[in-house]
Amino acid sequence: MMRKTIEGSFAVAEVVRDCVPDLVACFPITPSTHIAEELDRMYTDGQIKSYTAVESEFSAISMLVGGSAAGGRVFTTTDAQGLFLMHEVLFAASGMRLPMVIVNANRAVSAPLNIWNDQQDSISERDAGWIQIYCKNNQEAVDAVPQAFKISEDTLLPVMVCMDGFYLTHIVEQIDVPQKELIMKYLPAKRNAQYKLDTQNPISMGMYAMPKDYQGFRDDLHLDILKAKENVKKEMEAWGAVSGRRYGNGLWEEINAEDADILFVAMGSIIENAELAVDKMRAKGKKVGIVRIRCYRPFPAEVAKAFVGKKKIVVFEKALGFGASPPLYTDVSNAVREAGLKTKVYSIAGGLGGKDVTVEHIMEMLARVKKEKEPFQIVWGD
Amino acid sequence: MNASNSTNPELENKELFKSGHTACAGCGVSVGLRHILRAAGPDTIVVNATGCVEIFTSAYPRSAWSVPYIHCLFENTAPVAAGVVETLRAQGNDHTKVIVIAGDGASYDIGFGHLSGMLERGHDALYISYDNEAYMNTGVQRSGATPWKANTTTSQVGSVFKGKMQYKKPLTEIVAAHSIPYAATSTSAHYIDLQNKVKKALSIKGPKFLNVLMTCVPGWGTEPSLSMQYLKDAVDTHVWPVYEIENGFLKMNLKPEKKPVETYLKGQKRFKHLTPEDIAQIQKMVDEKWDSLLWKEKCDQERLAALKK
Amino acid sequence: MKMPLGKPGTSMENKTGGWRTERPQVDQSKCIKCNQCHLNCPDGCIFVTQKGAQPNYDYCKGCGVCAQVCPVKCIKMVPEEK
Repeated sequence: MMRKTIEGSFAVAEVVRDCVPDLVACFPITPSTHIAEELDRMYTDGQIKSYTAVESEFSAISMLVGGSAAGGRVFTTTDAQGLFLMHEVLFAASGMRLPMVIVNANRAVSAPLNIWNDQQDSISERDAGWIQIYCKNNQEAVDAVPQAFKISEDTLLPVMVCMDGFYLTHIVEQIDVPQKELIMKYLPAKRNAQYKLDTQNPISMGMYAMPKDYQGFRDDLHLDILKAKENVKKEMEAWGAVSGRRYGNGLWEEINAEDADILFVAMGSIIENAELAVDKMRAKGKKVGIVRIRCYRPFPAEVAKAFVGKKKIVVFEKALGFGASPPLYTDVSNAVREAGLKTKVYSIAGGLGGKDVTVEHIMEMLARVKKEKEPFQIVWGD
Repeated sequence: MNASNSTNPELENKELFKSGHTACAGCGVSVGLRHILRAAGPDTIVVNATGCVEIFTSAYPRSAWSVPYIHCLFENTAPVAAGVVETLRAQGNDHTKVIVIAGDGASYDIGFGHLSGMLERGHDALYISYDNEAYMNTGVQRSGATPWKANTTTSQVGSVFKGKMQYKKPLTEIVAAHSIPYAATSTSAHYIDLQNKVKKALSIKGPKFLNVLMTCVPGWGTEPSLSMQYLKDAVDTHVWPVYEIENGFLKMNLKPEKKPVETYLKGQKRFKHLTPEDIAQIQKMVDEKWDSLLWKEKCDQERLAALKK
Repeated sequence: MKMPLGKPGTSMENKTGGWRTERPQVDQSKCIKCNQCHLNCPDGCIFVTQKGAQPNYDYCKGCGVCAQVCPVKCIKMVPEEK
């Protein structure tokens, strides 16, 4: 145990260092910059093997492709426009089955330009073939990074650890930063690559596929991502055994959910506000609870188990589905429908571009959902 | 390996770039690749951009490469190569060589910024631009490497405009301006020069660059059998000067007696529409460029000699 | 898990000789074994043997570069009969 008062970004950088990456390549973008700066500082002090300050996020992720193909453990951090600049490479990395880890410091996307938090950036990359894990606090962010490397290297799928920009990256708080000794009990010190660029065993990677082969590869990727749910669960158990900390079953987390009539469903740091709101409402005898989606891709449709017998759930998310329903709401609604439940699903999007969503706001949301008979879809606060 | 009908199995097995690739008959690029790999040897990793080479060498599941090979995207070979080499070095491998093979579309245009980044940061890789002067893989569209007046499907010969209205980007000089240890030009047909340059470049630590002119039969509209001849003519007419810039000092490697540019231009469908005035203008530009290179060489070599004293 | 990988040199399973409309015919009595044909072959499929240059017709696409670069003109392109 090593509790210390530390900024989220610096804590993440320490854990990344102690996962012993072969290659780190970053381009600064607010609010992920402190992670990159700290890793660079560690490199200049000889604490990590390599750090490259590249000329763009596109090059950062491309270097990760090369490094992973060469059998390395590779890492970068970015968000928003940076993640979007990586877009083309994100799809190639998953299609080429190259393990790698990104910490995405969730931020609003242009235009208008805005550096504050929402989750439109990573949500918009949901179909890139990456595993996406959303953290509720900095303790979870530092716990998620070693798990992400393990899951990625075992499944040959890239993993994105999402932590809300500023709300987590820039918050200084007391957390237990896992030390290298502990991490090494969990994560192999070196990646053991099944396939790599090796002149002793020359293979060709990134081949192009004709129509007869292409769909098979894509379908296989889809099925493997679905299978990765088991890895996410397994690694939560394994990391829990080492660190003593668990976050639900890895896929989702239920908080005061069992006896609740109304559930608040969301992802990321808003959960901590929701916990306070639920505590206050429960003190007044209101049966409300929380289901936190932790793993957004693969999406755990099994979460519908937590909705059985519930009258209403409200999905809150910091992203829009322009011209259609919001993305998380859509996934949750599908899960409810596929499970044959009659639960009413309400949709609230909000907190976009750093707009405040307070404990009181969440209490108001839950009160409104309780009051209104028919489900609605709204954007909160505008 | 199926080599049952080979007339020389021993030599055939030694080739690192294998037959059975699906390049066009007479492809000037595949000849160049054979020489590049022959010079580089088996302890080499190839990073390839999307383009003709990728398509004719790596259709799943068959590969023409006997060395480790990776293709990712069109524009990111430079950072992919940087990632490969930094990881190898971090893992303690200080011997394996990393070579980028990227066309002019990838090098002059879409991947230009990333190439610049790779050079500036000093990654230990050899970037080879195979310049066939247009986007050939997508059906001959103009690139930054397409010469003035050349006819492509996006610089067509119409009633108002006739061929590409802009000039070829001086990529080798731009690359050399990054103060990298080695930048040079060559062609597929000048295989001794090409192989020597690959070997020399690979003996130097840091970022290296070769710009190699390679014929494209459908793109240039030339006879397949003349693929090597056009490259020799490009050099003999001074249209494609063959030189190297080592630590900033320029040296002309080939100084053939000048033939008129027409020798090179004639028979290429992309130049069929040129008027005598156009040809005279091309001759003037080629002469001026050659003259400036000779002056630069003289200046650089004198300075080098003075430094050595 | 399906990996989009290729094994080295497996392109040799593609017998590109079928593309040919003309074939190089070598007059080996004139061949000086200078290796120019081999060095300039886009398909790496003509080799100098003890008897002289000999194409591997499994891969030869009939481009005619070998005939063009031959310094003693001992290679002639003739129509493919098949």
